[in-house]
Formats: sequence, C-alpha cells, structure tokens
Amino acid sequence: MNSGVTFSKLAAQVKPRAVVEGRSVLEIPVKIKAEGVDFYYDRTRALHNITLQIKERQITAFIGPSGCGKSTFLRTLNRMNDLIPGARLAGNVFIDGQDIYARAVDPILLRRKVGMIFQKSNPFPKSIYENVVYGVKINSYAKNRREMDEIAEKSLQDAALWDEVKDRLHRSALSLSGGQQQRLCIARCLAVKPDIILMDEPASALDPISTAKIEELIFELKKRYTIIIVTHNMQQAARVSDYTAFFLMGELIEYDITTKIFTNPSRKETEDYITGRFG
Amino acid sequence: MRKRSEVSERLFYLLTGTACLIIVLMIALILGNISIHGRSRLSWEFLTASPEQGMTAGGIFPAIYGTVLLLFLMTVAVVPVGVMVAIYLNEYSSKTSFVYKATRLAVSNLAGVPSIVFGLFGLGFFVKFVGGNIDRLFYGGQLVFGQPAIIWAALTLAVLTMPVVILTTEDTLRSIPNEFREASMALGATKFQTIMRTVLPQALTGILTGGILAVSRGAGEVAPILFTGAAYFLPDLPSKLNSQFMELGYHIYVLSTQSPDVEATKPILYSTVFVLLALTFLLNLTAIVIRSQMRARLRRAA
Repeated sequence: MNSGVTFSKLAAQVKPRAVVEGRSVLEIPVKIKAEGVDFYYDRTRALHNITLQIKERQITAFIGPSGCGKSTFLRTLNRMNDLIPGARLAGNVFIDGQDIYARAVDPILLRRKVGMIFQKSNPFPKSIYENVVYGVKINSYAKNRREMDEIAEKSLQDAALWDEVKDRLHRSALSLSGGQQQRLCIARCLAVKPDIILMDEPASALDPISTAKIEELIFELKKRYTIIIVTHNMQQAARVSDYTAFFLMGELIEYDITTKIFTNPSRKETEDYITGRFG
Repeated sequence: MRKRSEVSERLFYLLTGTACLIIVLMIALILGNISIHGRSRLSWEFLTASPEQGMTAGGIFPAIYGTVLLLFLMTVAVVPVGVMVAIYLNEYSSKTSFVYKATRLAVSNLAGVPSIVFGLFGLGFFVKFVGGNIDRLFYGGQLVFGQPAIIWAALTLAVLTMPVVILTTEDTLRSIPNEFREASMALGATKFQTIMRTVLPQALTGILTGGILAVSRGAGEVAPILFTGAAYFLPDLPSKLNSQFMELGYHIYVLSTQSPDVEATKPILYSTVFVLLALTFLLNLTAIVIRSQMRARLRRAA
C-alpha cells in the first residue's frame, strides 16, 4: 500500500513530452487540480491520496474495476459527496486555482459551474421543456419567457436533441427513449452554463446506437467544456478520451494520455486491467 | 401418516377461511342493520332541519354542519404541520441523530395514546392554558377563548391524527427515488428548492392519502371533542372560531344515552348513524377520486 502513494505522485501529471492534437500537453492549461485527496465513508477509506491534474477542454476518462473509487473521486469534484452522511474528505481540490473545499465556497454555486450526468438518465417527471429550464429557473438566468425559450432551444440543440423534440416540448420527458432521456439530461445540464461536465457512466444503460450518439455528442461538447467521464467500457475510454486515469482499490495507479495507457502502460496493473485479465 | 397430515391441512384451511368469513359477516351485519333501520327516517327534511322536542323529532343539520367544519379546521391544522415533520424526518435529519430518534419515538407513542386522554389534554392545554392565556392577554380576563370551542376541538383532533399524516407522508417521501434529488442538487438547486420543485410535487398524492386517512380517523372520534367544544344542543350554527358546535359522533352518543324517550329517539339514532357512515364514505370517496385523477394526470405528464 505504501508504494501506492509514490505511484500516485508519479501518476499525478501527464508526461510533458506527450502530445495531444498536435500540442504539447504543457501548452494546455490545467482546469482541475487534486492534491492528496483522501476520502472516507464513515470509517471506510475510499480514496487514498489522489493527486492529479485535469486539462481544460479535454476529455479525461476514469477507468477501473467496480468499487475502485473512480465515481467517488468524480463526486468530490462537484461536492456531491457532501450529501452523504458520514462522508469526509482530506486534501485539496482546486478548480481554476480556487480551493473548492474552502470555507467561503458555496457548494450550490460550485455545482452550477460543475455539471453532472448520471449513469441512469434521471429526467424529472415533468415536460421536456420544464426539464431543460429547471436549472434556469432555479438560477434565475432568464429575465422573461422569451429568453427562457431561447436557452431551452440552444441547450437542446447543443445536446443534439432539438430536432427530435421541437414539436413536442410540452410532452412528458418520460415519453422519450433511454438515449433521448440521457441527452435531455445533458441539455438540462448545459442550460445551467457549466464549465465542467462530470459524466458517471453516461452510456452504460444504453444500446449501441444511443451510445454512439452520446459519444459523438461528448466529442462535440469538448470544444467548450472540460469533460470527465467515468466508464467501465475500455473501448469507450479509448474512443472518446484524451487522457485516462486508472484507479484501483481507491488509488490512482496510472494517469497519462489515452493512447499511451492503451498501447504502452507503465504499470503492470494497468496492463492487466485493460487487457481484461481482471476486473 | 399421510391421511393425518391431509386432515390437519384441511382443518387449518377451513379455520382460516372461517376467520375471513366472520370478518365479512360482521361488516355486513353492521352495514345491513344500519341501512335497513336507518333509512326509515331519512328525508331531505331530516338532513336540513334542527332537532326538535328534546331530540325526539326534527333533523340533524347542525351536527352535519359542525362535523364538516370541525374536520375542515382539523385538516387545515394537521396537514401542513404533519407534512413538515415528515419532510424534516426524511429529507433533513440524519437517521442516527437524537432529534430523529426522539421524534420517531414521539410519533409512535402519540399514535398509541387513548383518545380520551387527548380529550383531557385538549381541555387542559388548549382550552385552559392557551385559551385562558389569550383571554388574559387580549380580552382582559373576559371569557372568550378560554372555553370549549370548535377551534380547540379541531386542534385536539389534529394532534390525534398527526401520526397518520406524518407516517403516510414519510412513506411517500421515502418512495421517491434519490436520483431525482441528486439530479436537482447537481443542477445547483438548494435543498429547499429541491424539496419544493421536485420532491413535494411527486409526493402530492401520498400527502393527500394522509389527509384522507386523517379525516376518516377524525370523523370517528368522539372522546377528544367531548370536553373541548362539542355541545349537546345549540339553537345556532357555529359562526366563529370560539363557537361551540354539534357533531354527528357526539350527537349519536347523546341520542343513545341522554334521551328522555328511548323509543321515539331510536329511528333518529339509526338515521344519524347512517348519515355519519355515509359522510365518512363520501369524504373518502371524494379523496380517492381526486387521488386517482391526480395519478392519471401525473402519468400523462410523466
């Protein structure tokens, strides 16, 4: 277990010589920085000393077997874990240089900046329109009905759902298919104007065609958002992400650009996992 | 060996069946008896007139009016408070906290208190303490609120039916999947916004069910209003919060124990019981209809 700490430190940064999309990774600014993050559910330690940096407007995938802490770590980034009684965090998480666990930070405002998409699509039992503008209403982003309509349309377009639902905006969101529901959840999240989008296995409950649509969408969203995606699907991580972090038993084992992780991992555990020898 | 097990099988089957039959027979007997005897005096006049000649003639309108008003006031008092308690228990408190455990214990004990004790509590607390102090502070000691009144009876009934509302609301809240709360919080909603916009709209039918159960429970109770506001006979309908009132359950008690002429009262008594039962059924039915309509609407929206 001791060695894990050292490796976590080694894994914290993507190697400077790495090149993503023709740029050295050094040129890409850091959006999120985690330093020595430990996380506890009551007595159980779920994360051990996680240190890593996530790049702006890139897609980072978290992979690892069930219970490895990848979802837990994802949820520390928008403080969703605060809602769990008995949960406790040590260490620091910075977003744009601001310590998000500092006393002055309001987790409500943080969550407006750091959106989240869940594994199971969870539209409210309201109309499609009401779902999209839920966050807009809460945050009073729109001054009048017209502005609200504009935000709704824009968000649905950005989520690649507008053409499919524009004629039935006031029908129930639950009348949509699973894939459409998940894209609706993405539209709902975009309407709040986040910088960062956290996705917790967003396509694991969807069929291959819907999954492909979501992946295409993620790729499109990368132009404007920093995206972190937790996935169980190796191919998905390889297909969509620029960087991959491999978690095992609450530790960050390896973190590098995705091509490196999938072609030439530094650690034996990583190789075993991605080649399907365990997990 | 085989034979004997077959016999005991058969016997136990018959025993359980008979037990069921007894229950059905009992309810049929009560309803049959009351609807046969109760129909004789039933007329429009009976429902709209006041009692006359020492309750041996006339109708029961003041008692119907009093009952409906009492239950309305009770509902207004019990539903908001009960729902807020349930929200606190399910949405805010930690299941291991002292407040949670204490409230839990209080709710389940409240449900077990005999109703006559509520009656005495209502007299001591609401009428004498609260009412008496209001009179002392605002009316210079004049007797206004410090006497049995419909408001105190309604509040006493509200305390009695509180556990019903709390428990049904809590069950409903618990049945709402956590993913909706998470979705709302992840969009930057506060806990209060999440409760108001996501949790409560989905809990509406359940809260209504709690209200219905409270009303039908309250409609059947006489002991809590015995000392807190119900009257034997009143020439006028209750018009103010501090008026006394006539009530169907209490009226039945009066008719069956205080009548000067038992034979003349008997048909009136039967009909009054019939009306009380019908009123309770009607209230329940209305609520059930509202509930199923709301469910259908939710399903259409959902």
